[in-house]
Amino acid sequence: MKVETILLLIPLLPLAGALIAGLFRNQIGRAGSHWVTILGVGGSFVLSALILKMQVYDGMQSMNYSLYTWGISDSITFQVGFLIDHLTTLMMVVVSFVSLMVHIYTVGYMQDDPGYQRFFSYIALFTFSMLMLVMSNNFLQLFFGWEAVGLVSYLLIGFWFKRETAIFANMKAFMVNRVGDFGFLLGIAAIMMVFGTLDYAEVFAAAPSKVNETIAVFGTTEWSAITFICVGLFIGAMGKSAQAPLHVWLPDSMEGPTPISALIHAATMVTAGIFMVARMSPLFELSDAALSFVLIIGAFTALSMGLIGIVQNDIKRVIAYSTLSQLGYMTVALGASAYSAAIFHLMTHAFFKSLLFLAAGSVIIAMHHEQDMRNMGGVRRWMPITWITSVVGTLALIGFPFFSGFYSKDMIIEAVGEAHRFGSGFAYWAVLLGVLITAFYSFRLLYLVFHGKPRMDKHTQEHMHETPLVVTIPLILLAIPSVLIGYFTIEPVLFGGWLDDAIKVNEHHDVIAELSLHFHGATAMALHSVQTIPFWLMLGGFALATWIYMFKPSIADSMVKRFSGIYKLLMNKYYFDDFNNKVFARGFVRIGQSLWKRGDAGLIDGVAINGTAALIGKLGERVRLLQSGYLYQYAFAMIIGLIGLLGAWLLV
Amino acid sequence: MDNTITTSWPLLSVLVWLPLLGSAGVLLAGNQRPSMARWLALLVAAATLLLSLQLWLGFDSATAAMQFSEMKAWIPAFKVNYHLGVDGFSMPLILLTTIFGVIVIVAGWEVIKERVHQYMAAFLMLQAALTGVFAALDGMLFYVFFEAMLVPMFLLIGVWGGPNRVYAAVKFFLYTFLGSVFMLIGLIYLYLQSGTFEILSWHDLPLTMTQQKWIFLGMLAAFAVKIPMWPVHTWLPDAHVEAPTGGSIVLAAVMLKVGGYGFIRFSLPITPDASAMLDWVVIGLSLIAVVYIGFVALVQTDMKKLIAYSSITHMGFVTLGLFIAFSIYRGSPEGFGAAMGVEGAMMQMISHGFISGALFFVVGVLYDRMHTRDIADYGGVANTMPWFAMFAVLFFMANSGLPGTSGFVGEFMVILASFNASLWIAFFAAFTLIMGAAYNLWLVKRVFFGEVRNDNVARLTDINSREVLILTVLALAVLIIGLYPQPLLNVMHVSVEHLLQQITTTKII
Repeated sequence: MKVETILLLIPLLPLAGALIAGLFRNQIGRAGSHWVTILGVGGSFVLSALILKMQVYDGMQSMNYSLYTWGISDSITFQVGFLIDHLTTLMMVVVSFVSLMVHIYTVGYMQDDPGYQRFFSYIALFTFSMLMLVMSNNFLQLFFGWEAVGLVSYLLIGFWFKRETAIFANMKAFMVNRVGDFGFLLGIAAIMMVFGTLDYAEVFAAAPSKVNETIAVFGTTEWSAITFICVGLFIGAMGKSAQAPLHVWLPDSMEGPTPISALIHAATMVTAGIFMVARMSPLFELSDAALSFVLIIGAFTALSMGLIGIVQNDIKRVIAYSTLSQLGYMTVALGASAYSAAIFHLMTHAFFKSLLFLAAGSVIIAMHHEQDMRNMGGVRRWMPITWITSVVGTLALIGFPFFSGFYSKDMIIEAVGEAHRFGSGFAYWAVLLGVLITAFYSFRLLYLVFHGKPRMDKHTQEHMHETPLVVTIPLILLAIPSVLIGYFTIEPVLFGGWLDDAIKVNEHHDVIAELSLHFHGATAMALHSVQTIPFWLMLGGFALATWIYMFKPSIADSMVKRFSGIYKLLMNKYYFDDFNNKVFARGFVRIGQSLWKRGDAGLIDGVAINGTAALIGKLGERVRLLQSGYLYQYAFAMIIGLIGLLGAWLLV
Repeated sequence: MDNTITTSWPLLSVLVWLPLLGSAGVLLAGNQRPSMARWLALLVAAATLLLSLQLWLGFDSATAAMQFSEMKAWIPAFKVNYHLGVDGFSMPLILLTTIFGVIVIVAGWEVIKERVHQYMAAFLMLQAALTGVFAALDGMLFYVFFEAMLVPMFLLIGVWGGPNRVYAAVKFFLYTFLGSVFMLIGLIYLYLQSGTFEILSWHDLPLTMTQQKWIFLGMLAAFAVKIPMWPVHTWLPDAHVEAPTGGSIVLAAVMLKVGGYGFIRFSLPITPDASAMLDWVVIGLSLIAVVYIGFVALVQTDMKKLIAYSSITHMGFVTLGLFIAFSIYRGSPEGFGAAMGVEGAMMQMISHGFISGALFFVVGVLYDRMHTRDIADYGGVANTMPWFAMFAVLFFMANSGLPGTSGFVGEFMVILASFNASLWIAFFAAFTLIMGAAYNLWLVKRVFFGEVRNDNVARLTDINSREVLILTVLALAVLIIGLYPQPLLNVMHVSVEHLLQQITTTKII
């Protein structure tokens, strides 16, 4: 098989699965729908792995080619095509693997759901869209994938469309993403104006020569074109990757079924923004202002969202806020020019965060769809596999030495420490403090759910048991990379130049190159970590959580009382939602009402039209008389006219 | 330059006159034989559609000259000719007309029970007039068709319309009629200046700025009403609300495009200097359409009104794309982006044809079952009509410009083009990303999602095979144009280049 054929099959197999499962859902039945999509996504994973193998062992060069010409207008040729370099392949493997795990898991999770086939159709469609996004070689297709994953996310958050909360959440998600896409589209428009092409390779090649280009803003005020482009694109990333203040949709997206929280709202789609900025590194490197913006937004998100995670009681929401915080870490890495560290964390996070979500889902199944951690406790005695895999995921998340998250997170922290960009001081403290917070809320979750006394009702307790194999096997398969992937890949991915064919860093701020001077292998790094601040902060968070939730639960309550102001602030999520509801949602409706009632109905129809009519006065009377016999007369005249026209033509 | 390529076979005349003859035949079927009227109408429309495919197949996209031309003297005393022909602008619009000619007949198949023969005949007449408008190359002939299409539409609203149909029909008629009177004055003035009604000759007619300004304003009055632009848009929501489903479909899908086409055929090439001078008026009104009308659409309680307002915002992209060229050329003489604006406007017209046609059909499907268009009467339709909901969500998503659907293509191109003129024009145009999503998704949420709201919704039955057929055809069109617009873009390139050459050449001597 030709490489091009393999590459084409990678996105098309899931698409075929999605179409069959969706359009022929009644013909193929429930089992048919999961087989066809699992085969599609499984094939996609195998082929992605094959491409990876060809790149690693057979020295396959990066490929950049067009599939077909979408359209030609002006001097622009809009193409649909693939850019297959190491960054793409890494994303392809991660996306198709996590997707495959989620597909298998869904067989168990959605077992009794009447929308079974529809669900499989959606997640396979998502896989297609996400693959198109990461494989793109141009901004048009990027935008297609970008909005397509948004569409599927919308459909999946609102999967249980009878629930008022779900259909509120999905609309909110789409709207907030559209605000981001607004910036994204303007960024793309600026690229087209400045570069005259939307092809990645051409844009990147021309970028250094466009550093001094400007865009006219007001009168003589001009902005740097590259900064404008980067900020615009990043606003898109803020929507998709849920960076404050466009993060508000992600916690609500937990209204969707848990498998998609793992796949879309933790492992893959929300990392699209991170991927995109890394892909655009040749552009971002040219704008320190844009990178500082990225750095500060990321740092704020990493810290502030972790804090909210501490006070949440819904198991999925804790993980959701954790995801927000971790996305903040990745964004910080981007802002520090440590793009490869961001991608590295993206990869490890995809494994351990989808593991944590799926494990939470496993608990939720056993608890009969109860998600409040206050009603759990002691679950580990019934669900050993779920418990152990959760512990693995937690250790990876908090950055325990040798676990995957340790390597990726530590690298981000060190990279920020090396950065000298505006905002890097704040960012460094934010990510350090974030370590303590992460460890705290992660163990809080672990203790509240799996340890302590069972707090569920008798009925639930009697029926508690480990979930079936379709659920636990994906957990185990995800737990393995959650432990190992960091140890084995840190060297090639970060320091071996694996991503060099995609990521370009200006040597003046190449922090990863700085770090490589101190890197002496993964084992040494882990052993050395006991001498570093993050390790002790992590232990501190762990100790604090253990003390409070294992030994002195009363402290939690007294802390809430003592710091009631802060607690209220966190419980209300810094009032972002209230602000948006009051100002934007209600404000927009109010503006619409007034434009409609006052503008259209009042001014135009009322004053202008009816006013004119009144002015005409008696003439109006006559017009009215004329109108009463209108229909018949005019139709008659029309037919006469047409006959005349036809006749005249035939005669001449 | 002789712009005329003659064919041995008067294809365009057939496309105009076959539906008209067909409508006479359908009328003859009489009120007693509705089934015969339906089948005859379908036969005529389908035959016309098949014949019109020859336009696509035989079209030479390498020339901007008129193709499939026919020319005969009609009223020699006034040098009025029966002159038909198509270029890259009118050919796709005629295809749009013939496609919807079939769709509306199928859409009204079993829904219309009274005066079936007249209903079907009216649509065939309407199709004839619309094809004539797009094909006419003689100013007077254009005017005749332009006015002729009002009559069947007036009848459709007035006879088969809703409770307030008379008000809506009269408002529709008066608005369009008043607008076109100014156009008629312009046409006669051009005749007096040039001694001919040949539109192509008018393209080369030297005119002073004052002359151009008056002609431009006269044309603007007609086309701004037709497309429609703010503030002469208020007839459209009323007309849509009262029109029967088929009437709304043709009105939105094809008739509004006459306005956009008018700018392309008349205003821009005949009065380029005035267009350049007054472009800010059109651009300003276009942005008002995008932003202001977007807000107004958001708060509509009637589904048809909401879609009607959304049509106005989408037509804002057409006028914006057409008139953005001037300020692009002012900024840089090579005019990068100007062609994209015009082509984006064309794509927007064609795409909006399919999407708005589909959306009005979607509302029609619901209206046939529930006899209400009030959003508040619905809720949870997806529970009882899952297949229908799938189509509806697709079309509302397309309406909010989702990439991969046709709704994206035109808006994307126009926004990209306008960025070359000004960051702020693109900024306000891109606002549609937010407003479009808001009004479309909010409607979807309230109508389709949620618990079954009342017994009427609970009793709904999913779409039948006739409805599936129409929705599938429209969905395929929306997706194919969205995924592969190149064939359509390709037929207009040369004509667009020709137009840009015309608008950048001054006519003031």
